[in-house]
Amino acid sequence: MTADAPRGVDAPPELVQLLTPEGERVEHPDYDIELTAEEVRSLYRDLVLVRRIDLEAVALQRQGELGIWASLLGQEAAQIGSGRALTDADMAFPTYREHGVAWCRDVDPVKLLGLFRGVSNGGWDPAEHNFHLYTIVIGSQALHAVGYAMGIQRDGAEAATIVYFGDGATSQGDVNESFIWASVFNAPVVFFCQNNQWAISEPLEKQSKIPLYKRASGFGFPGIRVDGNDVFACLAVTRRALQNAREGQGPTMIEAFTYRMGAHTTSDDPTRYRLADELEAWKLKDPIERVKAYLFKNQLADQEFFEKIDAEADALGKDVRSRCLALPDPPPGAIFDHVYAGAHPLLDEEREQYLTYLAGFER
Amino acid sequence: MTTLTLAKALNEGLRRSMEDDPKVLVMGEDVGKLGGVFRVTDGLQKDFGEDRVIDTPLAESGIIGTAIGLALRGYRPVCEIQFDGFVFPAADQIITQLAKMPLRSLGTLKLPVVVRIPCGGGIGAVEHHSESPEAYFTHTAGLRVVACSNPADAYTMIQDAVRCDDPIIFFEPKRRYWDKADVDLAAPGLSLDRARTVRQGRDITLVAYGPMVKTCLEAAAAAEEDGRSIEVIDLRSLNPLDVDVLTESVTRTGRCVVAHEAPVFTGFGAELAARITERCFYSLEAPVLRVGGFSTPYPPSRLEDHYLPDLDRVLDAVDRSFAY
Repeated sequence: MTADAPRGVDAPPELVQLLTPEGERVEHPDYDIELTAEEVRSLYRDLVLVRRIDLEAVALQRQGELGIWASLLGQEAAQIGSGRALTDADMAFPTYREHGVAWCRDVDPVKLLGLFRGVSNGGWDPAEHNFHLYTIVIGSQALHAVGYAMGIQRDGAEAATIVYFGDGATSQGDVNESFIWASVFNAPVVFFCQNNQWAISEPLEKQSKIPLYKRASGFGFPGIRVDGNDVFACLAVTRRALQNAREGQGPTMIEAFTYRMGAHTTSDDPTRYRLADELEAWKLKDPIERVKAYLFKNQLADQEFFEKIDAEADALGKDVRSRCLALPDPPPGAIFDHVYAGAHPLLDEEREQYLTYLAGFER
Repeated sequence: MTTLTLAKALNEGLRRSMEDDPKVLVMGEDVGKLGGVFRVTDGLQKDFGEDRVIDTPLAESGIIGTAIGLALRGYRPVCEIQFDGFVFPAADQIITQLAKMPLRSLGTLKLPVVVRIPCGGGIGAVEHHSESPEAYFTHTAGLRVVACSNPADAYTMIQDAVRCDDPIIFFEPKRRYWDKADVDLAAPGLSLDRARTVRQGRDITLVAYGPMVKTCLEAAAAAEEDGRSIEVIDLRSLNPLDVDVLTESVTRTGRCVVAHEAPVFTGFGAELAARITERCFYSLEAPVLRVGGFSTPYPPSRLEDHYLPDLDRVLDAVDRSFAY
């Protein structure tokens, strides 16, 4: 592929796919999945709702209500498929774009928005959801996930960790170190790389000369490439990798081959570096449309169902919007809270001085 | 009382911590069979096993990053960075993750990670083995930074650090590792965030931490022969800082010299000088003076005796203070 050719138009042959872009179920020699109609409908609902949350967040940013937003548009299947593969005991370590995984872990979307609105730098209790805080420094969380997995090993627990990162992060030292650690300690961790083809403006060719999933073999564990726009395949492949990890078979790297349909963040302008026909080609691989087609073709859902989900999505969008707008700014004294576990004399002094200074304006 | 080297006191303290709490882990390069290049972890792997005393791959960011993950799972890792100059590959994990994650979680996460760093020069080592990087870390909110100076403190401070719920950078004065002293293994130590007046005096206050405490005590002993009464304060904790002990002392003596091995320019002494001046301005007979390394990279070891402040350079600073 040349640098200018639309990437991903021809799906790579080694891709695990169970549902085609046209909504046809296909067999794979190594992976299969049995889903009830209710389970497929539930996955469809997840996909539609997280896209709606994302859309609302982009709109809120455009209206000045969020400082920035990192859209997951196009990556819903990768996130819902992998997120729904997790058990309650598993632990997930996200980047800052895993809104779909957060949804699967029951994190209130408004808490995600709070971070981008600037009311906190995190905002949820990771232990409550087994979903760690968003990590903004690229790739740092991969080491945290491996360390956490080493803790699971020491606890003798029936659990695994999954860590999310992108194609750009595979160039980071921390990600490569995490591969080494996971390998030599046989840690129960799944490396879930969403290869969305772009690290802001840099195409995959700037990060790797080989397919990303092939990196794993050099570190001594299996790597597999899955159609990241196929929620069935993402679910099946991630389930297997997590189960292998829980059973002591060590790490797996999953490369979910997908596409970032939107900008890197709302501050980005992709028209400066990529071609419209690439986007058009990927629109035909939409992760939601193929599930909808599958449900229709197999008469697993009727028009009423789709209308109901759309209505639910609209209501969710409204709810997220109104609660986002109602988020109170933290009081100035909050700057000093939680920096240390206990009291800190200098912070206490600075807090008191600053609040006294502020009070001077109220007289 | 037991006579221990500083390295052995740390070893005994770590052993005690590991006995007290099964969640305490030791991890780093060569900390297992070898017992660390300075033998601080000697014998621990043999007694506590490879799951609790972990020989890691040779990558410092990996050590701190996985320690964070272990701490998130409820463990209390004590990481060894082999030498001061090798902490920088881990600086990102320390500064962007370890220091800030509790705040990011609004207090729901605790990160009780201890990062042990042998620091300072004076052992004739090659480049990157003699540095004093404390100011990089005192400048990072969310970290505690401490430095032990003697075997008794080393023994209690390492245990207190392991028990503390904040991430801690724990500096160990490597040229003092082999200094011996009596250690009471049963006595509780001074609280981790308190400074200690290690020698009382009337005329001037010397403030130091880590390896320079001994130098300052020797300077004070020498000055006594000349009739000068020098008070020496061992800070022990750099962040948080025990300002009250400094204020009380300098208000009384009216003069102060701060000594450290790190370069003076924007070194930790600058913060001390500023704070002491703010607190003690009307009591000061002279500006707070600083003595330390030059504003250069650490020199080749044949020159390190010129770079490291010794007894004479400390007393020269004392003389300059009295000249005001």
